[in-house]
This record gives sequence, structure tokens and C-alpha cells, in this order.
Amino acid sequence: MSADEAIAIRARGLTRRFGELVAVDHVDLDVPARQVYGFLGPNGSGKSTTIRMLCGLLTPSAGEIEVLGLRIPAEADALRRRIGYMTQRFSLFEDLTVRENLEFLAAVQGVPKARSRSRIDELVGQYHFAEQRNQLAGTLSGGQKQRLALAGAVIHEPELLFLDEPTSAVDPESRRDFWEKLFDLADTGTTLLVSTHLMDEAERCHRLAILDRGALVADGSPRELTSALQGRTLVVDAIDPRRAQRVIVDLPGVLSVAQVGSSLRVLTTEPVTAAEAATDTRHRIDEALVAAGQQAATTATPANLEDVFVAVTRNPMKPEAHAA
Amino acid sequence: MNGRRLWAIVIKELRQLRRDRITLAMVIGIPVLQLVLFGYAINTNLRGLNAGIADQAHTAGSRALVMDMLATGVVSPVATVNTPQQLMTMLRRGEISVGIVIPADFERRRIDGRPVAQILVDGSDTAVQAAAAQLAQTPVDSALPDTRAPPTSTPRSGRISVVGFYNPQRRSAINIVPGLIGVILTMTMVLFTGIAIVRERERGNMELLIATPLTSAELMVGKVLPYIVIGLLQTTVILALGVWLFAVPIRGSVLDVYLATGLLILANLALGLLISTRAQSQFQAMQMTFFIFLPSILLSGFMFPFAGMPKAAQWIAEVLPLTHFLRLIRGVMLRGAGLWDLWGDVLALVAFIVVMMAAAIMRFRKRLD
Ligand SMILES: Nc1ncnc2c1ncn2[C@@H]1O[C@H](COP(=O)(O)OP(=O)(O)OP(=O)(O)O)[C@@H](O)[C@H]1O
Ligand SMILES: [Mg+2]
Repeated sequence: MSADEAIAIRARGLTRRFGELVAVDHVDLDVPARQVYGFLGPNGSGKSTTIRMLCGLLTPSAGEIEVLGLRIPAEADALRRRIGYMTQRFSLFEDLTVRENLEFLAAVQGVPKARSRSRIDELVGQYHFAEQRNQLAGTLSGGQKQRLALAGAVIHEPELLFLDEPTSAVDPESRRDFWEKLFDLADTGTTLLVSTHLMDEAERCHRLAILDRGALVADGSPRELTSALQGRTLVVDAIDPRRAQRVIVDLPGVLSVAQVGSSLRVLTTEPVTAAEAATDTRHRIDEALVAAGQQAATTATPANLEDVFVAVTRNPMKPEAHAA
Repeated sequence: MNGRRLWAIVIKELRQLRRDRITLAMVIGIPVLQLVLFGYAINTNLRGLNAGIADQAHTAGSRALVMDMLATGVVSPVATVNTPQQLMTMLRRGEISVGIVIPADFERRRIDGRPVAQILVDGSDTAVQAAAAQLAQTPVDSALPDTRAPPTSTPRSGRISVVGFYNPQRRSAINIVPGLIGVILTMTMVLFTGIAIVRERERGNMELLIATPLTSAELMVGKVLPYIVIGLLQTTVILALGVWLFAVPIRGSVLDVYLATGLLILANLALGLLISTRAQSQFQAMQMTFFIFLPSILLSGFMFPFAGMPKAAQWIAEVLPLTHFLRLIRGVMLRGAGLWDLWGDVLALVAFIVVMMAAAIMRFRKRLD
């Protein structure tokens, strides 16, 4: 297997401007084939814009893209036969039934005529639409619509799937089911690029990229990303967590404080010299709490993806803590 | 162009249309409503009607009479021929609206008080008939070159007879109904396709469509095809009502009527598509449709006679499909002309369709930006 086969998407210096706004800012991407690659980022960070450029729907202002060995946007027409794209907004026809939508997509995506009917029946079964096959798509619930959109995006068994926040309306129970399907697809050789802002989803990805205000601020496997924060996360168990939060939020070395039930999760700033600075901050916190007369216990804890997300996006939640 | 993908679009459009009650109601409702509303026509005075002259007398007196008629400005001469039969042919082809016939025995008729000249009129346009009546008022006697004073009692009218062809009873419904086919199709067809692309953009379907292998041409043609059927359906409703309620004649072949209508439908659908590729919202598309619709109604000759308009307005009218269609449909339905008699207007419509469709396909980009 050559190196080119292993990489499904490669982008260099990918940039898109909308007037003054730089929606995507010099993003470099390497998405390995046959994996689930996550795109994590807050609202407006440029996830959808990047995906649109990768499928050839938007022309980049600058940068180079190669998808499945094709240069985009120049060879976008050839790419369209090989990809599936599930848009963030429901884009199937609301005034057609489930079955009619799938029939339309099968024809348009060039599923062989002889195979079309059995493929649709297969999808109706797999995606649990047996009882709703003749229901208008517009009357489906939000989660059902997303399930239908996924079925539509995979109808021609594409090599590469772009899913833009595919589970935003799906309940947690069905989301597991949804992700089972994504891994099934990856197993059969499909490459998936999934955007999300749900941490538990990001956690499931083989690799992920974190976008913030158009810039790629971190990428790697979830384990790589969390281990980079080694020693920077603390849990403070306090009697009065709200007051304790006010005491420590402005201390030097504290990047963010978030209340989780009756405890506080503290993320410290990047230490200048590894463990030393982290323990410094921990001491500062303990002293400040004692000085304020707060009863609390501070313990170290392993980092999770949410910590990574907060650490790399440049708007930690400090101002909110202040307002409280 | 891939037949299967094209067909998929057609089927999708038809299925959506079937569930769109309001549009379906419009398909039948608009023709019926308009047919009732446009019960009356508006006539105005005409100037510069195309006239053919057959002067068989060739006397000083006959020439003077013709000069007097031309001096009124109502008609302008485009052809001089020898026989009334030639005038009839030109009239049928729509080359002239008025034919002036001066018989060989003009001088004798003038003396013994019989009608001295005949004006042949294309009665399929009531406004032209009214103008011809005005022409017939030209005083015959002042044109006499000799010194003998005519008897003052000579009734002025009656000396020049007016013969209206094609619509002898001057019923305006007969003019209105063929024109109405054109007006209704212009309104509904442009509107249907005018919103066709924008609607999908507004509803978010476009992002899905352009990410598939569908080509621009497949999408455009696929959206047009179903509406041709709708347009022909509307035509049938108007024709049936016209024949039933107003006894409108179809003197030419029914096939020609449908062929001419088919051309107008295509022209309007193509125009609608072009609008749709430009408009940012359905509302904008409607505004643009109206922008086309108003001049079509006012300048095409449907509401006001074409010949009565200033030159500039006539030029504008020549680029509107409705103008050419009106000439075709009136020719076929009322004068019994064949489409080949009116090939110039057929050609104009075909050219319009090709240009608009090509522009729409080229303007439509499979991009979001
Ligand atoms: N067509 C456009 N014209 C102008 N600005 C745009 C356009 N599309 C996107 N933007 C801007 O670009 C930025 C990135 O938008 P994008 O939709 O890519 O964000 P996102 O990460 O997908 O956000 P979300 O999680 O809310 O979907 C936003 O600030 C948005 O306002
Ligand atoms: Mg988005």
C-alpha cells in the first residue's frame, strides 16, 4: 500500500474568506483512509466551510486540496461520483416520501438499475424505515431525518463520506446505533469525516482535528491529545463550589474553572517547566481556598477531550465565571 | 446528458407538484379567472398600419384618393400589387393589416355614386377595424381633379366600403381568447420555473443536488419538461372554455395551435430558469417575473395594438416572446394561416428559447459561491 492510498484527504494552506471574515485560515489536513476522522470546533469555527471546500462545493480563496487523489476544485466532477455528503441542514426533499427520496438519490447517484430496488429495501431495513417508507420526509422527527439523510448519503456506497454534524438531533440511545453504522462503514473500507461539537462523539473518532475561528489548533488521536495535557487538570471538591470557583478563577496559572456537580474541574495554563509549575498552581489554589475560609480538597485527574477543547480554543469560560 | 438522471428530476418534480395543492389550483384557476376578467378589450386609435395597395384604375383621381388616405397617417404603404387576391394572401400571412382596392372602373363608379374603393381589413384585431372605419371617411370628392362641383348631398360614407375579414361581427372575445392563452402562459410558466431553482436553494436541497453527479443541463431540462405538460393542459382549458363560452373559432389546424403554444411555453420556461439562476430568494424571483410580465401585457399587442405604439416600444416588444406568439396564434386561430406562413415569428421564438436556455445552463454553477 503506497502512502498516497493511505491518505484520503490532504489539504495545505486551505483558506476561505467571506469579505473581511477569514472563515478558514491556512488549514493543513491529512485524513487517513478507512478511518473515522472527527472535526471538532465551536459554532462558526469553519467546520462546514472546510467540508464544502473538500467536496468541491466552495472554491478556496487559497490553498491546495487533494481528495482521493483528485485535485479539488479542478476535478470536482470526477470526485462527486465517489463521495457521499450529508449536509448539516436537512437537504432531502420534505415533500417526497422516504422511499421516493431514496429512489431519487439512487437514480441520480448512478446505482445500477437492477440493483436499485434491492439496495433501497436493504437501506429501509438497516435504517429502520420499514414502517415509515411512505411517510413524507418533512414529517419525520429531527433524529429520523438525520437517519434518512445518512441512508441517502451512503446509497451508492461511496469511498468517502462527509458528515456535517450528523447526530445533532439524535438522542443518546440512537446515537450509539448511529455510530455503530459509521464504524461498520469504516470497516468496509469507507473513509469518514464527521464534524461535531459533542465530546463523546469526538472521543469515538480514530483521529480528530480541532478548529477554532477558522484555524486548526490541534490534531491527533484522542489519546494523543489528552496525554498532551498530562498533569494540567485538577478536581476541587468543595462544600460551596460556587464560592470556591470565585476564589480560584482569577489566580495566576488557572486557565479555566468549570463546575461539574458539586466539584470544580480546573484546567491550568501550560507549564513553563513541566510538573513544577502545575504543582505551583495547585499550591496557590489550596492557599487561596484556605485564606478564603473554604473547605476543599484538591486532587489531580486525567485530562479528557473537553479539557483539550478548552485548552486549545482561545475563549476559555473565564468571563462567564466572573458574571456568576 | 444522462437519461436516467434527467428522468429522475422529472419524476421528482411531478411528485412534488402533485402534492403542491396551491400550484395545482393555479394551473386551472388562473386561466378560468382571467378568461372571465378579460371580457372586454381596450381599443385605441392606430397609426402606421401596414397597407397594401391594389390600384387597378391608374387614373389621376385614383392616385389622389390613395394619397389622401396615406396623408391621414393611419396607414403606411408597404406593398403595391395588382390584384385584390394578392392583398388577401398578404393579409392572411399578416404582412399587411389593411388592403386598399381601387377597381378599374373607379371613374365610372365615382360618377354614378357607387362605392369607389374597398378597404380590406384584418378583422382579427378589433383595433385595426376601428382604424379602417376612420380611413373610410376620406372624402372622395375633394380628390377629384376636375372643376365640376360634386353634389353636396353625396353621402360621404358609403363611397368607400370596408370589408372586414376573419371577424366580421367584430367580437372582441375572439381576439382576447387567443391572446389570453399567451398572457396566462407567460404569467404562470415564468413564475413556475422562476422559483424552481431558488426554492431548492432556500430549502437547502441545492447543496445536496450539486454534490451529486447531476449536471447543470440535466437539472435545467429536467425542471422544464414537466411544466410543458402543465402549459399544454392550461392551453386546453382556455381553448375549451373559449370555444364553449365565446364560440371562438379555430380556423387553422389545432396542431399548429399547440405547436405555437409549445414554443411560447418553452420560451417562458427558459426565461423563468434564467431568472431563477439570478434571484436570491423566491420573492425576488416573483419581482423579476412581474418585471417581465408587465411589458409583455402592455407592449405585445395583447392590450394595446402593436401598430399604435411608438417605434421604441415596438423594438422592445420584438424581444418579448408574447409578441411573436400573439402574431402566430391570431394568424392560426383567426385567419387560418399555417405556421409556415408566419415563419419569421416561429424563428424568433426558437432563437429566444435557445439563447435563454443556454444562458440559464451556463449561469448555473455547481458551486455554492
Ligand atoms: N456564505 C457565507 N457568507 C458569509 N459568511 C459565511 C458564509 N458561510 C459561512 N460564513 C461564515 O464563516 C464562518 C464559519 O462558518 P461555518 O458554517 O463553516 O461554521 P461551523 O463550524 O460549521 O459552525 P456550526 O457548528 O455552527 O455549524 C462563520 O463565521 C460564518 O458566519
Ligand atoms: Mg456547520
